[in-house]
Amino acid sequence: MGGTFDALVPMLCVTLAALASMWAEAFRREGDRMPIGGLGLVGLAGAAISAVLLWDRNAEGFGVIAADNFGLFVTIVLAVVGVLTILFSSQVIRRDGLPVGEYYALVLFSIVGMIMMATATDLLVIFVALEILSLAVYVLTAIRRDSLPGTEAAFKYFLLGAFSSAFFLYGIAFTYGVTGSTRLAAVGASLSAQAADGNPMVLAALGLLLVGFAFKISAVPFHMWTPDAYEGAPAVVTGFMSTGVKAAAFAAFARVFLSAYGPFSDDWVPVVSAVAVATMVLGTVVGVAQSSLKRMLAYSSIAHGGYLLVGLVAVNEVGVAAILFYLLAYSVTNLAAFGVIALLGQRDQPNDGLRDYAGLWHSHPALAALMAVSLLSLGGLPPTAGFIGKWYIFSAAVSAGHYGLAVIGMLTSVISVFFYLRVVVMMYMASREGAAAPAPIGRVGMAALALSIVAIFYLGMLPTRVLDLAAASVGGMF
Amino acid sequence: MLTLSWALPLAGAVALLLVGDGDGRRDGMIRWAALGISLASFAVTLAIWLAFEPGSAEFQLVERVPWIPAFGIDYHVGIDGISLLLVVLTGFLTPIALLSSWESVTKKVKEFSVFLLALEAAMIGVFISLDLFLFYVFWDAMLIPMYFLIGIWGYDRRIYAAIKFMLYTMAGSVLMLVAILGLAYLHSQATGVYSFDLLRLYTLEIAPAAQQWFFLAFFVAFAIKVPLFPFHTWLPDAHVQAPTAGSIILAGVLLKMGTYGLVRFAFPLFPLAAADYAPWIALLAVVGIVYGALVAMVQPDMKKLVAYSSVSHLGFVVLGICAMNVQGVQGAVYQMLAHGVSTGGLFLIVGMLSDRRHTRLIAEFGGLRNVMPRLTAAFLIITLASIGMPALNGFVGEFLTMLGAYLWMPQFVIVAGLGVILSAVYMLWMFQRVYLGEITHEENRTLPDLTAREWVSVVPLCAVAIVMGIFPGVFLAPMEPAVERVVERVQSVRALRVDGSLGAVPFEAEAAQAPGDEPVER
Repeated sequence: MGGTFDALVPMLCVTLAALASMWAEAFRREGDRMPIGGLGLVGLAGAAISAVLLWDRNAEGFGVIAADNFGLFVTIVLAVVGVLTILFSSQVIRRDGLPVGEYYALVLFSIVGMIMMATATDLLVIFVALEILSLAVYVLTAIRRDSLPGTEAAFKYFLLGAFSSAFFLYGIAFTYGVTGSTRLAAVGASLSAQAADGNPMVLAALGLLLVGFAFKISAVPFHMWTPDAYEGAPAVVTGFMSTGVKAAAFAAFARVFLSAYGPFSDDWVPVVSAVAVATMVLGTVVGVAQSSLKRMLAYSSIAHGGYLLVGLVAVNEVGVAAILFYLLAYSVTNLAAFGVIALLGQRDQPNDGLRDYAGLWHSHPALAALMAVSLLSLGGLPPTAGFIGKWYIFSAAVSAGHYGLAVIGMLTSVISVFFYLRVVVMMYMASREGAAAPAPIGRVGMAALALSIVAIFYLGMLPTRVLDLAAASVGGMF
Repeated sequence: MLTLSWALPLAGAVALLLVGDGDGRRDGMIRWAALGISLASFAVTLAIWLAFEPGSAEFQLVERVPWIPAFGIDYHVGIDGISLLLVVLTGFLTPIALLSSWESVTKKVKEFSVFLLALEAAMIGVFISLDLFLFYVFWDAMLIPMYFLIGIWGYDRRIYAAIKFMLYTMAGSVLMLVAILGLAYLHSQATGVYSFDLLRLYTLEIAPAAQQWFFLAFFVAFAIKVPLFPFHTWLPDAHVQAPTAGSIILAGVLLKMGTYGLVRFAFPLFPLAAADYAPWIALLAVVGIVYGALVAMVQPDMKKLVAYSSVSHLGFVVLGICAMNVQGVQGAVYQMLAHGVSTGGLFLIVGMLSDRRHTRLIAEFGGLRNVMPRLTAAFLIITLASIGMPALNGFVGEFLTMLGAYLWMPQFVIVAGLGVILSAVYMLWMFQRVYLGEITHEENRTLPDLTAREWVSVVPLCAVAIVMGIFPGVFLAPMEPAVERVVERVQSVRALRVDGSLGAVPFEAEAAQAPGDEPVER
């Protein structure tokens, strides 16, 4: 019994923080300023600390939550995502007049869902977690009620998300029908017993689950909602969605497909490989044609999902460790990029067109440098986190013999550098005429940016510690 | 000490970055500080040369610290005779590049100096890395400062040129990264541990089929950088649009990273595949020699002319490497140094003219000898050096590469010889049109001759060109053992294969015997 509640502590920390911020909002008098974001930071710090303390203990919670190192690593990534999101949000909330308490509560609740999703070992619990995080994120997308694009984005996101949830649930039902269980371990055991039969029901279940996950990680051809939702949501929420949701969904994806459906890897590897190629190619090629920075980064995040899929189809320990490292590197980098967009925006003007960045170097040299670093990291240039992440992912692919995937991934990443560079060109090499002078940047936001840049360089130059941790997190998967 | 050689400019760059430039009021101080840092780095590279033991073929001044132990990645640096002088060349050209931009770069001086110093750090890092991962990090990191240098401080079409440069080089190098990963994986299959250590990978036995793929991946990355015909199309754009300092560094050092990569990595790592492809690569090199020369001849723009002449000159280097005998490779390395000095000098002086007249068209000049005799003299020395006049630096390299190629496949040398003649034609013709005769444009009548600052940047280049031509032994001696070792490694593996299957392609047998024809001192 000792381990039963331990595994839930990270989630409980964040849940308490979420509840506390709702309470604080309820008792706040109009016009009072309360450090509600601070509550969230405390909760997330608690989650991260408890995750560190649980490290290597393999705590179990009621047989459906496993605080194994894999889940804990993702928990820490999610805590980092949450902290950065909250730090970027403080200025945006004040500027855009967003409802403070609700905003933070929703962010925290969705993080609860994400952590649950990353640590769940039961298909139904994964489903519940998916719904918790999705509902919160749908609302966050439309948190600016007066914003037409935001409402439209939330509506699209909600409809398609509900659709994909149905697929996912259907997949769970099929899995239950074949194996008589929804626990991943039992499913895996039952499937490996009948792996030789080639039961078509298993393939149907596999396909339905794949569709459900593909929606959440916005893999081609289920990516349609992504550009619209990312463009319509406030930039800081987009940053949160594109990193947190993706990390959680990938963690569950890897867990389900590698541990439960591992025996059928011969069946799903070709399909997922094809999806990975399509995702990388479409994400980068369409990204080239965008003129809105948010939309461009949406396509870039689709492409990054493709790279992560490459790590998955390697079906080996290096691949899983690479996914974990990549999730961390990508989350920090992408959040930094969206952080810059969010901080530069204004209430009536999102400032997310490519032209809006013309001459940013002259008006905000520090911000331009931070943006350039995060874009180069997204493009995978050394000495940044993105390079180590790409190197790790593709070394997993190579060690599994997928040279073709590695080459395609590398070439698409060169194409992606082209559109990242377009932003750099705008910032550094275009004249500032016509671009409105952006508002001053708050200290908290700058601190968060500085933090993420330090992290990007740390992960890019001295990645050993984190790489070792990631490698130590894959034990339970196979 | 090797760490210092790249960490010093990098630390200088970071320090400058943190200093405020007071909206340009402190530009003068920043210029001097950057120059001081680059001179200190040059001093470090010279100290490395002094500390270098010339008789040994081993890697020296080796430093090795585990970096990412789980994958066998070390911070592993060291130099041998091949990389030594390239490091010194880098240290030598950077202060000159800074001097060349003393007056022509007036906006954002701080950032300019920061990028140039960061570029120096990355280039030195490329030459001293003995770990493939570390090498790749420097190799790719180098693109970023160069991109900014071209894109911000270049001429009219700078953005196009900068992006083209970046994408072209990256496209090649990512394939190399896949091959590097593949090598590390093969090493783990053979020995159980990953390793990116060059020395360990040298000993790895790679199946011929795999060698073909890996060699091609490495080759494309390096061929783009050299650039070898037909991968050269980024070069005229980048060279012409880059600011003078960028052109000096591009032509002087950056291109050598490609040929250095061939000598250090592509040929020794995959000797069998290299043997198969060498004649084809040599063919491309020879085509490049003639093509570059012909295209250079018809350029109306001086900078473009010099850019195309680089394509031609680098062809000789590649030809010498393909020969894979001591003369060829030694000549190739020597030619790399010589070309760095002479083409750096050409870009420097063309940059001076362009600063004065804001045009680089040959037709806009004429009879400059009458108003700027000193500049003309300097240009003449560099021109003659560039076309391979005996007693100047270009001659030794070209002679040795052609000698090496002659011992290997004489038919290439006949065509390459044509390139030598053509190079004399286009260079001297340009010289004649720009400097000799009567002054054709009135505005040229008042052009000032070399200033003191320009003196300081031109004289060392001319001096080195002359010294390299008269005392080639000073430069050839330290590289000889290292070159012999590379050649020996490549040839011995090839010989094994020829022994194994006697019916192998004839030229391989020929190539394997080539070093036997010459007494090799050891």
